[in-house]
Amino acid sequence: MAGLARLELSPEEVETYTAQLGSILAHADDIAGLDLGGLEPMAHPFDIENVFRPDTVTPSLERDELLSQAPDVERNRFKVGRILGEAP
Amino acid sequence: MTESASKIASDVRSGARTAASTVKESLDAIAARDAELHAFLYVDDLGARAAAIVVDAAIEAGRDPGPLAGVPLALKDNLCVRGVATTCGSKILNGWKPPYTATVIERLVAAGAIPIGKTNLDEFAMGSSTENSAFGPSRNPHDTSKVPGGSSGGSAVAVAAGYVPVSLGSDTGGSIRQPAAFCGLVGYKPTYGHVSRYGLVAFSSSLDQIGPFANTVGDAALISTVICGHDPADSTSLRDGYPDLMGALERGVAGLRVGLCSDLLDGADDEIVAQVRAAAQVLEAAGAEIIDIAIPELRLGLSAYYLLAPAEASSNLARYDGVRFGLRVERDDVAAMNVATRTAGFGAEVKRRIMLGTYALSAGYYDAYYGQAQKTRRLITNALDNAYASVDVLLGATTPTTAFGFGDKVADPMSMYLSDLFTIPTNLAGHPAISVPFGVGATGMPIGVQILAPGRKDDLLFQVGAVLEKGAPA
Amino acid sequence: MNGYETIIGLEVHCELKTATKLFCGCPNMFGDEPNTNCCPVCVGLPGSLPVLNERAVEFAIRIGLALNCEVRWSNFHRKNYFYPDMPKDFQISQYDLPLNSNGTLELPDGTVIGITRAHMEEDTGKSTHLGGSGRIHGADSSLIDYNRSGVPLVEIVSEPDMRSGAQARAYVAELRAILVAVGATDGRMEEGSMRVDANVSVRKPGEPFGTRCEIKNLNSLRSLQRAIEFEALRQVDALESGERIIQETRHWDEQAGRTGSMRSKEEANDYRYFPEPDLVPLAPSDAWIEQIRSALPALPKERRARLLALVDKSDSATIDLVATVVDRELDDLVIEAVASGAPAQLAVTRAANELDAGGVLPSTASFAATCQMEAAGALSATQAKAVLAALVDEPNADPKELASRLGFEQLSEDSLGATIEEVIGANADEWSRYVGGDDKLAQFFIGKVMAATKGKANGKAVIAELQARRN
Repeated sequence: MAGLARLELSPEEVETYTAQLGSILAHADDIAGLDLGGLEPMAHPFDIENVFRPDTVTPSLERDELLSQAPDVERNRFKVGRILGEAP
Repeated sequence: MTESASKIASDVRSGARTAASTVKESLDAIAARDAELHAFLYVDDLGARAAAIVVDAAIEAGRDPGPLAGVPLALKDNLCVRGVATTCGSKILNGWKPPYTATVIERLVAAGAIPIGKTNLDEFAMGSSTENSAFGPSRNPHDTSKVPGGSSGGSAVAVAAGYVPVSLGSDTGGSIRQPAAFCGLVGYKPTYGHVSRYGLVAFSSSLDQIGPFANTVGDAALISTVICGHDPADSTSLRDGYPDLMGALERGVAGLRVGLCSDLLDGADDEIVAQVRAAAQVLEAAGAEIIDIAIPELRLGLSAYYLLAPAEASSNLARYDGVRFGLRVERDDVAAMNVATRTAGFGAEVKRRIMLGTYALSAGYYDAYYGQAQKTRRLITNALDNAYASVDVLLGATTPTTAFGFGDKVADPMSMYLSDLFTIPTNLAGHPAISVPFGVGATGMPIGVQILAPGRKDDLLFQVGAVLEKGAPA
Repeated sequence: MNGYETIIGLEVHCELKTATKLFCGCPNMFGDEPNTNCCPVCVGLPGSLPVLNERAVEFAIRIGLALNCEVRWSNFHRKNYFYPDMPKDFQISQYDLPLNSNGTLELPDGTVIGITRAHMEEDTGKSTHLGGSGRIHGADSSLIDYNRSGVPLVEIVSEPDMRSGAQARAYVAELRAILVAVGATDGRMEEGSMRVDANVSVRKPGEPFGTRCEIKNLNSLRSLQRAIEFEALRQVDALESGERIIQETRHWDEQAGRTGSMRSKEEANDYRYFPEPDLVPLAPSDAWIEQIRSALPALPKERRARLLALVDKSDSATIDLVATVVDRELDDLVIEAVASGAPAQLAVTRAANELDAGGVLPSTASFAATCQMEAAGALSATQAKAVLAALVDEPNADPKELASRLGFEQLSEDSLGATIEEVIGANADEWSRYVGGDDKLAQFFIGKVMAATKGKANGKAVIAELQARRN
């Protein structure tokens, strides 16, 4: 899990988190056992659909303002170290 | 600052006082006491003074700066203001200055309000005490050995300490109502979709909602009238169904059916249960019909919430990767840099919830956890809808206890999570709720009672809240 | 292939030709200065929220309808994985409820390929790799431009219905033609506006599907076909040597002409899809779908059929020419020309071979008249081609007039030669200087010949005649 979330945990943290997550998931047993087969999963509070914007250009950010917040910049691009592996 | 926002605004508009003197009063109060209380992470001294000059100039030129003219305002530090550092109570943002401003703040400024600064919070709004802030906790002005509640604790303290008459927080599972109850304030979570989330740094997108803290129900209505409204930049923003909140204040509760809900009381301390019952009597005396009601499904909210919110958070917080903004802990390759940055930048509670959420969404567990939690969300919403067939509003406790001491619940996350038990169901349903101060406990700490209403019926909260405010123990 | 057959399924990513990105109002523009078409939404800044571009949805529905898909209630999901060119570290895509599903695509030869789905998603930014070979492997660092981040894509996933590299190529060519015809994309593979990944496996006929490999980086039709043919042979060789095929992603190396394992160090992917809470479901109404359907232009298959009805269908060369004419969108011109008297076979041939689809086209009347003149023997094939080329400068010119100006009609080669001899005789001094190497005098002689022929001589022909005599 830590790998998927790009976090590194010390052995002590692994132990603490495992216990704590265990107790949270144990609490979740009250819903795990429910028969909710007939219920539609609820992703949104309200059943709104089809919210669109028109295909009209709006101003982009000033590049300097955008790049001013970047940890590292070169040639007006965001700079990062070596990328191991291509995008999945 | 003891005047209400509405008094300040009317005095500024009439020329009886200036925005500049109001802002100075606010800044002086912060300077006098905030080293101790730590409500603010950043005070925008110059920006506030400049904004006050603009408001005063408008008045002098005969223009109306708006319904919140000259009202000083504190903002939870997960709301973006262009050019002002936003921390979210986390080390990972590392001085990040957003290049844009949240819609709510644009609306408030357009109404004449003056942002004074950014307030403390649990890191990324995850917590119930501000103890998860990377910059140290805030203190409850009623007893500085107690937490102010959270996650919007700094915004609650800013009002409770008299720095500002109103402030903004965000409420994902009770993060406005719980600190409001702990600090003796009115705290309101609007219907999901009534306040634009554009510019609110997301914790759990389908649950987050911005709302106000105020000393009075009237001030909460005043500021809410300004911040509520459709925003095309937020796809989940509602287009219509915004009730008249100001008009609701004088409407009274005669004939209103109030459900006194056992599942919003059981497990609360006796002194809190007693105040909720006293509140019910106030409403009954004002002509409301009190109906005892049980909604046992509400008890399941905690489990659903602590799967759904971390799941969404695990995804919302992926972008803090050291590439485009904020903290970077340099390593040779990008993946190692991501890991080092996130490991150094996030605090323990945030990591815990990212782990929990990642787990709940992972292959093989999705149906058992996330999927089941989504169905439970539907179950709870249906149960609330059913209840509202026989009552107009629900009445219960906001919190199971009054403000607790620092460190009391840090070691056991589950005990901390349980303090959200009564506030979570409305977030799951997307419904509105308000916490109104009503009496104090044995140690003198404030108690809040909570009113819940169906989605888009926010006016009922203000109708009931105004009556409770008048009838609350002195 | 030692009795093996190749099984191919394709995933084609197509950038939509909208003015703005999928979820924000930044321009959808290729080739601009880096990081200038960026805003909080498409750079994934905290607090920003996506709002769906209606035009992108319309384009996606056009694609779905053109591919005979069911267009349905759908929603967006987050696909979670970390990658530096993806600003939010999740991609907004569609998962179990795609907008378009269960379609078909008919190849020009009549083969029907199943379309599993055609869903909407956002594009990523673009990385430039520094150090090493400029490729991702061996680079020291990378630079990221987010101009492309958030550009609307439709990913079209086929069933594993193709059986050869040539067929896969034909599929992509036909798909591209359809997407361009419906106006959803410009279909420029070289600019990356269409990108193809191929899933390839081999099996003995009748056996279950073998283990497949996914080939990436196929940015031309030629690469696609070559890569599939190489990969199929590689898999057959491996199986024949008793090896097992490992399911993996492979990279096509155009220069080496081979696929290679990407040897990814990434952890196993678990995308943790869940419904995007910042967007609401996409539920196109029947009325909207029907409105889009009724406005769809004729598709390449239908347009080929219209042309084929006019020509000799038994001739495979003609069938190819018809496909070319439609592919270049010259079919309307040809049909109109035929309607005004041009012979169909000739019009198709000349349109396919002589007209530049991207450039200036002759008017229908001029094109038709040129074809008619050629058919009547008034112009040779070479002369007709020259007239068509000249029409680029004067699309509405009368081909008869053009032909005479080019010296094709009245001026035979013999009479041109006689005129040139006369001009040389009358200007002997200049001629000897020209023969002696004064090239500037070519202009002088051309002018004289043109004057003598009243402009009927073909300039090129005059130069050729002068050169011939000079040597």
